[in-house]
Amino acid sequence: MDAATKTASLPPEWTDEHTMFRKTARDFVEKELAPQAEEWEANKGFSNDMFKRLGEMGFLGLGHPEEYGGLGLDYWFTVIWLEELVRSRSAGFNMAMTVQSDMATPVIADIGTEEQKQEFLAPAITGEKIAALGISEPAVGSDVANLQTTARRDGDDYIINGAKTFITNGSRADFITLGVRTGDAGFGGISLMLFPTDTKGFSVGRLLEKVGNHSSDTAELAFDNCRIPARYMLGQENMGFYYIMQNFQGERLVAALMAVAGMQMLWDDAMDYGNEREAFGRPILKFQVWRHKLVEHLTAIEAARRLTYYACDLFEREEPCVEAISMAKLYACDLAQKVVYDIQQFFGGYGYIEEYHVARAFRDLRLLTIGGGTAEIMKEIIGKGRGM
Amino acid sequence: MKIGVFLKQVPDTETKIRPAGDGSGIESGDVKWIVSPYDEFAVEAGLQLKEKSGGEVVVVSLGPARTLDAARTALAMGADRAVILDDEGFQGSDPLGTSRALAAVARKEGFDIIFCGRQAIDEDNNQVPQIVAGLLDWPHASWVNSFESEGEMATVKRPIGGGKLEVVKVRLPAVFSCTKGLNEPRYASLPGIMKAKSKPVARYTPADLELDGQVGASAAVVQLTSYQMPQARPSGRMLEGEVGDQVKELVRLLRQEAKVL
Repeated sequence: MDAATKTASLPPEWTDEHTMFRKTARDFVEKELAPQAEEWEANKGFSNDMFKRLGEMGFLGLGHPEEYGGLGLDYWFTVIWLEELVRSRSAGFNMAMTVQSDMATPVIADIGTEEQKQEFLAPAITGEKIAALGISEPAVGSDVANLQTTARRDGDDYIINGAKTFITNGSRADFITLGVRTGDAGFGGISLMLFPTDTKGFSVGRLLEKVGNHSSDTAELAFDNCRIPARYMLGQENMGFYYIMQNFQGERLVAALMAVAGMQMLWDDAMDYGNEREAFGRPILKFQVWRHKLVEHLTAIEAARRLTYYACDLFEREEPCVEAISMAKLYACDLAQKVVYDIQQFFGGYGYIEEYHVARAFRDLRLLTIGGGTAEIMKEIIGKGRGM
Repeated sequence: MKIGVFLKQVPDTETKIRPAGDGSGIESGDVKWIVSPYDEFAVEAGLQLKEKSGGEVVVVSLGPARTLDAARTALAMGADRAVILDDEGFQGSDPLGTSRALAAVARKEGFDIIFCGRQAIDEDNNQVPQIVAGLLDWPHASWVNSFESEGEMATVKRPIGGGKLEVVKVRLPAVFSCTKGLNEPRYASLPGIMKAKSKPVARYTPADLELDGQVGASAAVVQLTSYQMPQARPSGRMLEGEVGDQVKELVRLLRQEAKVL
């Protein structure tokens, strides 16, 4: 059954445990992350110890299996964590942490061998090893099926050659969940491997200067005859495209959730500002043009949240969810552009000043329709699914 | 050591409080309820003492049924069990009635020490800790921001204004009301959250505590008659003209309008 014909349900049903966890998550983010955000943004980075701190709190293993140090919780705990994480107001930091917990590692939990889980997943959950996901290449972005980094079998090893780019956590990762070509051209020749970054021949090219998300490191990576053992192959050889597409679902859901939570926070900021800031003798929220604009956005944000929750519900219940997740990512991330534009306008001159969070949000949110699958790719996926 | 912690559920500090239409209380529709922040220091103090001296931490809370959520937060932080006084007979208690109920629980449980917040942040009465100590005939120290104990003696510090601290030695059992600076309340860990629901919760009625007629609205010696918003402050007025004239005008206004001279 596809998303459109499935019986509607209205998740989530928050339990007491969810509610208590939200408090822990919020307290942690407000006490330990938000106060450091300005410094992280200015220094374009944060200490690797933060991975360990989040690991210690359990935030990097919410959904991961308990045997490897995770908490084995339902997906709604991840939803809550992401909704609270945006309050750090450091989108780059948030991206680094979600790459660690929800983008580079779930595939290991899903298809990794016992040995791979012990070597990579368990230390990623504690934050002792930092993870990155390596798919995009200088010449290949959306067109994943065409990726060109090669892994050539040589006895008990693979020899890897090529380059990756736009890799979050790229300069500090201990291992990379890496997309490589092991077979023929096209999607049928791709594999996923676990790549330790202390392998000879691996180098971090340069840190990329981004428009936003300044606290995260985004790097170009080069692989020059890197020899890694064949036991680092994830799942079956040449099945990588399928695994990558599966893995993207979690990544895209994170993007949609962060977009919704980010918009809601901006909207709340706008309410505070609009009640305080006066123009022509009254608070600017008293101007009908702005009231209406903000209410339109509130309505759309709620719609985006419901669509995203619907996708989360399917994802949690392991039902077909590609269309719903693609729609949520498409809609929420696109909406974020409109919301941040109008709210920045609402803040006037102050919206253009770094001291106000909306200025940073304007840069950070821009990534949402580009990263983790562009808006255009989302449309392609939805269209193909509908036989177009 | 049996450590008692009193806590109260109050509206979130971020909630915009509005009196209910009939003035009988506050509009509770969209209020989010939390553990009163000073009580979190008390929970943490109790947990730290347990970690040092052993024993158990029992949280006690009086309020409507939803107060269980506040107690659960403390259970998730690590408290061992809870006593909830949500019987109809306790509702509408004034600080004296609340203190009678809490003191009776302290006796029944045989607490060796009690921690509570310096005051609940809803009505800010700052009454219960002192009255409970009086009813139990125990010593107490209020607004404690440093706590150390050795056997039956506790040494605490409390701010007394002017940046000064008073150091008080107190013989246990005693009541301590906690203020900011005492500690950094821990987060409820995920394993703690998952365990919270299975921890024991006891409920007593006024009859169980032999307090019939001494608690609840009917026994209250202090009654809240209505809730109102404070009057909006009028905006300031700027005086103009020569300084001498301004001073004269200011004195006139203070005398005739503000009536403070």
